[in-house]
Amino acid sequence: MDPATLADSASQLATEAARLAGQAAQLADEATQLVVESAAHGGGDPFVFLLTVFVLAVFVGYYVVWNVTPALHSPLMSVTNAISSVIVVGALIAAGPAGVSLSKTFGFIAVVLASINIFGGFIVTQRMLSMFRKKK
Amino acid sequence: MSESVSAVAYLVASVCFIMALRGLSSPTSARMGNIYAITGMVIAVITTLALPGVVSFGTIIIGVLIGGAIGTVIARRIEMTALPQLVAAFHSLVGLAAVFVAAAAFYAPEAYGIGVSGEIPGGSLVEMSIGVAIGAITFTGSIIAFGKLQGIITGKPMVFTGQHLLNLVLGIVLVLLVVWFVAAQSAFIFWLIVLLALLLGVLIIVPIGGADMPVVISMLNSYSGWAAAGIGFTLANPLLIVVGALVGSSGAILSYIMCKGMNRSFFNVILGGFGGEAAGPSSDIQGDRTVKQGAADDAAFIMGQADSVIIIPGYGMAVAQAQHALREMVDLLKARDVKVRYAIHPVAGRMPGHMNVLLAEASVPYDEVLELDEINRDFAMTDVAFVIGANDITNPAAKTDKASPIYGMPVLNVEEAGTVLFVKRSLASGYAGVDNELFYRDNTMMLFGDAKKMCEGIVKALEVGGH
Repeated sequence: MDPATLADSASQLATEAARLAGQAAQLADEATQLVVESAAHGGGDPFVFLLTVFVLAVFVGYYVVWNVTPALHSPLMSVTNAISSVIVVGALIAAGPAGVSLSKTFGFIAVVLASINIFGGFIVTQRMLSMFRKKK
Repeated sequence: MSESVSAVAYLVASVCFIMALRGLSSPTSARMGNIYAITGMVIAVITTLALPGVVSFGTIIIGVLIGGAIGTVIARRIEMTALPQLVAAFHSLVGLAAVFVAAAAFYAPEAYGIGVSGEIPGGSLVEMSIGVAIGAITFTGSIIAFGKLQGIITGKPMVFTGQHLLNLVLGIVLVLLVVWFVAAQSAFIFWLIVLLALLLGVLIIVPIGGADMPVVISMLNSYSGWAAAGIGFTLANPLLIVVGALVGSSGAILSYIMCKGMNRSFFNVILGGFGGEAAGPSSDIQGDRTVKQGAADDAAFIMGQADSVIIIPGYGMAVAQAQHALREMVDLLKARDVKVRYAIHPVAGRMPGHMNVLLAEASVPYDEVLELDEINRDFAMTDVAFVIGANDITNPAAKTDKASPIYGMPVLNVEEAGTVLFVKRSLASGYAGVDNELFYRDNTMMLFGDAKKMCEGIVKALEVGGH
């Protein structure tokens, strides 16, 4: 890669970052407002807070995924599969306490299953992505 | 680690996952995206391990080592052609893990701060049962999809009378069980919900035919996300909710794109039964109509003389593992200054982007591989369209024959090319059960045989002719 294209892509990245930062600031503003509002209403229901997170994340997912190039739809599936095993968080909490119990056993099984997915999913995604090359 | 520190760490992990998906907007940034995703996962796991309630690290390390070893071996050994079934199998694991996490939360709610056994708040129970039901449906549904893709179960749709009514009744029973579960908080009903959801998973997927698997796989991808989000609500964990929502919407968008690629509604696909009847030709064609048949030598000659060739791969190429032989053939053509490009239909293959991965595996540069919208106008200016293992996605009846089951489906305009070469094992109709009128046209030549052997034959002929 020659310095000119490098500089070019760097400046592109910079403008992109600036734009994202602007959007983040805006979101933060809105979030603050939400918090202020919920505080005014006496703390608010934790469920409503989680629902807010959920709905906003669906929107983020929607816009991000539409930007994924169709050529990479297979890696998209395998990487989303890998990250959905973040459910391992719940499994770790279940497997975490000392002693032996039914819930700990369930947690242990879930840790094994999610780990298969995490390692398998990321490795197969990496394998796929490493094959995509431009014309020499 | 204090509560707010771990909350911030989870937030950082969420941002990493968003960046991972963002990276996939181009092949150049995608590898960085995967690294973001791995970073996010590492942060999430370390943060959880640092929680005060998590102390038995021995058990956890053993679990991660076992799972990690299995996952690593599978992911390294898998053939790229077997990718769809691998993804289906992985989805089933997420579903099953969700079931176990929900069960753990039911038996030890204290660990998650959702009350004590027998006194779990109603809201948490609802979230728990939604999470566990979607997880169980994802588990068995993915296993059936895996079986169909692997060829263990017939790819034909399995239909019986009253199927949809049965599913509907079971769905209603499931909802009633959830209500009962919230009221009674009994373990028996919890497992009853699991059992019923497992059964539903099987019933939902069996009527869907093999070539509709791109939709099914995307849908199960989506489900595994919703299951994670459901568990996230149960555990009041924003990270699980964010990831679940991302994955859920990603899978939903892919299902939508796949359905649009077939001009069918999502419900039409999900209700199944499509392509089941071994229907003969749709209209009066066939009879004594003849096709022009050629051999590898003829194909080599025609393409060797051409200025431009467009290759249209389909599932047949994957089955025959013909991608490497195909690329060799293309290399020889390029050496003769033939311009070669590839045209990919959205539903070619058995999962979204399946063809792109196989071509990439055979070291085809991705800038030669174009999507339907990008290349469809160019067929008219192309000398040869080389269709390898595809059928329905080239059928002009989708544009002209209103009675055809595939009418309205976007198709590649291969018939506009000077000559159309069809590599196919027989004249049999495609998945949709529709005869392809293109086979009988004057400018079409059928190359009967295995896709890989045919490509190798053409390579040989080109090598001989070239020197």
